[in-house]
Amino acid sequence: MSAIRFLVNGAPAEVDVPGMRRLLDVLREELGLTGTKEGCGEGECGACSVLLDGQVVDSCLVPMAQVDGRIVRTVEGLALAARERGALDTLQEAFLTYGAAQCGICTPGMLMAARAYLDGGGGPDHDTIREAIAGNLCRCTGYQKIVGAIAAVAIGAAP
Amino acid sequence: MPSRLAEAYALLAAAPHVPIAGGTDLMVRITGEIGDPPERLLDVSRLPELEGISLETGELVIGAAVTYTDLRRSALCREHLPALVEAAATIGAVQIQNRGTIGGNIANASPAGDILPILLATDARIITGSAAGERVTPAAAFFTAYRRTALASDELILRVRIPLTPGRETRFRKVGTRRAQAISKVVMAVSWRDHGPSAGWSDVRVALGSVAPTPIRAAATEAVLEGARPSPEVVDRAAETLAAELRPIDDVRSTATYRRTVAARILHRILRDAGGW
Ligand SMILES: Cc1cc2nc3c(=O)[nH]c(=O)nc-3n(C[C@H](O)[C@H](O)[C@H](O)COP(=O)(O)OP(=O)(O)OC[C@H]3O[C@@H](n4cnc5c(N)ncnc54)[C@H](O)[C@@H]3O)c2cc1C
Ligand code: FES
Ligand code: FES
Repeated sequence: MSAIRFLVNGAPAEVDVPGMRRLLDVLREELGLTGTKEGCGEGECGACSVLLDGQVVDSCLVPMAQVDGRIVRTVEGLALAARERGALDTLQEAFLTYGAAQCGICTPGMLMAARAYLDGGGGPDHDTIREAIAGNLCRCTGYQKIVGAIAAVAIGAAP
Repeated sequence: MPSRLAEAYALLAAAPHVPIAGGTDLMVRITGEIGDPPERLLDVSRLPELEGISLETGELVIGAAVTYTDLRRSALCREHLPALVEAAATIGAVQIQNRGTIGGNIANASPAGDILPILLATDARIITGSAAGERVTPAAAFFTAYRRTALASDELILRVRIPLTPGRETRFRKVGTRRAQAISKVVMAVSWRDHGPSAGWSDVRVALGSVAPTPIRAAATEAVLEGARPSPEVVDRAAETLAAELRPIDDVRSTATYRRTVAARILHRILRDAGGW
């Protein structure tokens, strides 16, 4: 064990955990960031999606040894900038407006995959949005409302 | 964690370590079949010597730590081996493509590893290394048995070298999802050199995944196509030969038959497209 230092949502974090401990568990159990969810634990569902150095990854498949010195962004971080003006991230607003969240289990991961897609210059085309969220399973919505919400943000038509 | 290859070699020489690149196979196996996490882990994902895609003396050279996202974004791959870009795009979803590496696919040596048939079809060579130096192994000799490879325990996969033979065409097809792979998946890469309408094809390679304990080449099928052209008669014969030649792993007969049929159909389709009819 040795101290692992990284940035989470802009703030420095330091944890003393075995290198094989999953990023998902450290976020939830050591740092109290329970917005990130566990679904399958095997990379199939995307509920645990976070951004690692700006790329969307499944945090259930990332060992802490590989997080040292890196930048992690979780769903809690999405709203940080927006909160200063008393609001949610435009994506979160759009999900609300479009009814893109029902039970909400998939939502944090879905938001992070969508954020990575939009930050990478992704546009409103429904097929490319579907590809970008193909690693995020939703049992409730049938995806159409989620795709609509992301497309709305992409063209700047979100609330 | 090592920051240079020489440090990694020194660690491997001193004690056994389990390499980890993207973790997309290893982390799943640790929670599942392996059980307890390995004592010593060696992160190869940030070794600069394992990065990068380049052209060197007529070969496409791809570092072991190159991810599927890197492959999809590579202008060099798109220009020189688009089949590899297509294959990368079929693997998992974005989260897996951002982390999963070509070196991990090779070392994992799953019979269903999607990149492996392309390496066989293009006569790729796999470069491995340890404190004792580097070694070159043809892809065709690398996958020795079910999930076994020619890699020694103190060695790392460094890169693959794919010769860019003039006039070679390479096609990739995958049928079936990973989830359904137990019953339906077949992966195929086919390559050939076209010498114009009067001459036949040469250097034909037909490579498959998910139909045997290792990725394989279908030698009898290749022989049917070598020196021939993809006429309707030749294509039918090649597809029949492939169906007869394959010995899929499943003991459930219907599944084995199904896979043979699917493989023959995929080949038929690839060759028909090549023949333009
Ligand atoms: C949800 C999901 C979907 C997937 N879909 C597909 C798919 O469609 N097609 C497919 O082929 N695969 C698929 N995979 C499997 C996996 O993503 C790939 O095999 C990937 O290429 C593994 O690379 P990695 O870097 O993540 O390997 P890791 O998990 O880091 O390592 C895998 C193995 O290789 C060894 N290793 C890694 N790098 C090296 C090296 N440089 N030298 C020596 N040994 C090394 C490790 O010790 C380990 O034994 C999927 C996995 C998941 C979880
Ligand atoms: S919990 Fe990580 S992908 Fe399902
Ligand atoms: S809203 Fe329930 S799983 Fe997506």
